[in-house]
Amino acid sequence: MRKTAFPLLVACAVSAASSAIAQEQQHTPAPPRQIWSFAGPFGTFDRAQIQRGFHVYREVCSACHGMKYVAFRNLAQPGGPDFSPAQAKQVASEYRINDGPNDKGEMFDRPGRLSDYFPSPDPNEQAARARFNGALPPDLSVIAKARGVEAGLPRGLFDIVTQYQEGGPDFIYAYTTGYEDPPADAKLSEGQFWNKYFPGHRTAMPPPLLDGQVNYTDGTPATAEQYSRDVSAFLVWVAEPHLEARKRIGFQVMIFLLVFAGLAYLAKKKVWSDLH
Amino acid sequence: MAGHGQYQPKNPILKWIERRLPVLSFMHDSFVVYPVPRNLNYWWTFGAILSFMLVVQIVTGIVLVMHYTPTASGAFDSVEHIMRDVNYGWLLRYIHANGGSMFFLAVYIHIFRGLYYGSYKEPREILWILGVIIFVLMMATAFMGYVLPWGQMSFWAATVITNLFTAIPGFGRAITLWLWGGYAVDQPTLQRFFALHYLLPFMIVGVVVLHLWALHHVGQGNPAGIDVKSDRDTMPFTPYATAKDNFALVCFMILFAWFVFYIPNYLGHPDNYIPANPLQTPPHIVPEWYFLPFYAILRAIPNKLLGVLALFGSIAVLAFLPWLDTSKVRSARFRPLYKQFFWVLLAVCIGLGYLGSKPAEGGYVIVARILTAYYFLHFLVILPALGYLETPRPLPASISEPVLPKKSGAAVAMGARAPERKG
Repeated sequence: MRKTAFPLLVACAVSAASSAIAQEQQHTPAPPRQIWSFAGPFGTFDRAQIQRGFHVYREVCSACHGMKYVAFRNLAQPGGPDFSPAQAKQVASEYRINDGPNDKGEMFDRPGRLSDYFPSPDPNEQAARARFNGALPPDLSVIAKARGVEAGLPRGLFDIVTQYQEGGPDFIYAYTTGYEDPPADAKLSEGQFWNKYFPGHRTAMPPPLLDGQVNYTDGTPATAEQYSRDVSAFLVWVAEPHLEARKRIGFQVMIFLLVFAGLAYLAKKKVWSDLH
Repeated sequence: MAGHGQYQPKNPILKWIERRLPVLSFMHDSFVVYPVPRNLNYWWTFGAILSFMLVVQIVTGIVLVMHYTPTASGAFDSVEHIMRDVNYGWLLRYIHANGGSMFFLAVYIHIFRGLYYGSYKEPREILWILGVIIFVLMMATAFMGYVLPWGQMSFWAATVITNLFTAIPGFGRAITLWLWGGYAVDQPTLQRFFALHYLLPFMIVGVVVLHLWALHHVGQGNPAGIDVKSDRDTMPFTPYATAKDNFALVCFMILFAWFVFYIPNYLGHPDNYIPANPLQTPPHIVPEWYFLPFYAILRAIPNKLLGVLALFGSIAVLAFLPWLDTSKVRSARFRPLYKQFFWVLLAVCIGLGYLGSKPAEGGYVIVARILTAYYFLHFLVILPALGYLETPRPLPASISEPVLPKKSGAAVAMGARAPERKG
């Protein structure tokens, strides 16, 4: 009996100490989890939603944020907003692209083509910082994967089973709709805004979305909340353009592996049956 | 790798080859008739799983290199190019990135299986030490691979880890500058890490060959931890072990595919999708999950040099395990006390992993210190002492005894028949 006591004691001490330290932390609230059409094993993008999201990006976000890894041709590729090639071409032609040098050695502007990438609003980081009081609006190409929500334990472990991968859009939605008046004791300096979900609460981005700011033609309510939802979904497609193919192929792979595992088990049983 | 010559090819071409280079009989001896203890459980299938993972990583890695650019200005862009424009590039990259994690998951199971069943004991000391060397090479490879996408975590992990060498008294700074190839982590660092990330896996292959050579020379251990005494204790590798390894491998692939296709970024850190920025330190620099226990040990100790020594010591101590464990009994099945300490050690390692993911402040550091102390206590004090204090339970007479019905004529006949099935 005495021999078993020591390891048990150590185990108890360890678990007691770790629950004691779990108390501290908590400054910014975790963004609430939203329901997204692309979540889960059979998730797909809502075409109309990411088309609207693209609209919001173009009307609002693109004034300050680039999207340099996305090409106009991507707008027409399968698994995305599903614009027709003609529509994508039309979008491209509305942008001016700096190209060159030409035969005379000069740079020139021309209308965009399908193979061009979305031009960034500022020519370089320094120009952007100069324009925004020292702050740098990040490029949005992979922003939906570059932001996340820390789930902690034990929730983080359940996320493996429930396939939660939507921390990025959850954060973007919470952030773009999370502006509020600062608490009385909080001081904001010039160009700072108070956001409930931004780490440290102080952000340099002014509230980006206002009701009625973007025209929706499909009858979807033109509210800041709806814009935020749509642009978050759009940015997921931007960050993970092959998401639909990944989940579709994943299901096929799973079916194959499950059948294979069944056969492998039966084969093993058959082979071993003459052993004992 | 034992006796050769049972295998006689019939085909004239194979005969011609066999006379000049006996590679066919070598393969036959190693992977077909090779005798395997008949009582192996599924924890013994991880060797095959690890071999598979090594091949997966090398194959996907070589294809990724065809599209990757190892420059500070081009690395992040080229990874995005792979994710967006290369045919199935996203699949290759997600397999490779999650494959690293799966490789470590399998190797940790493999190592703890070895700890539980005393796989490091006489005559398998060199087999075990080769395993520790593979583990160290894996860690170096994984660390340098994580740097290659040149995201924020890549850059700052490289900075933190290379800075460890500055703790070496006297030459620390010189060694670190030499590793960097400059005065900070930059282009030369990325480029040499890339070269080494490509080289080390092939060194791992080399050590794996030695590992398997040693394994086939001394024979596999087994859950009972007793030596093979007769042919009745073993079965031929093919078809028995191959069929079992195959089933376990497919089950492992289901887990692997779950991560690759459904939660490919679960094990990564979002910050690594932010391009490296030497002017902006992330709030928490965290390594990949498989390094967290070691990271916790490093940060638990306030003195930098001692912390680094503890970090390396926590791995090096494994190599001395064959001599630190003084018990003659291999398997924890027959070691009532060791069995409990084994589970405590496993809990401590998981606890250290959790603490490694938390900021090094307040209560976390205190608990990390206790667990670090216990980790070393386990190997340096408890294990040597247990051999003298513990009364092991009686060992079975042979491997086949608990498996086969006792003294039945039919059972003997069946046991004897098994090896005939080969070929």
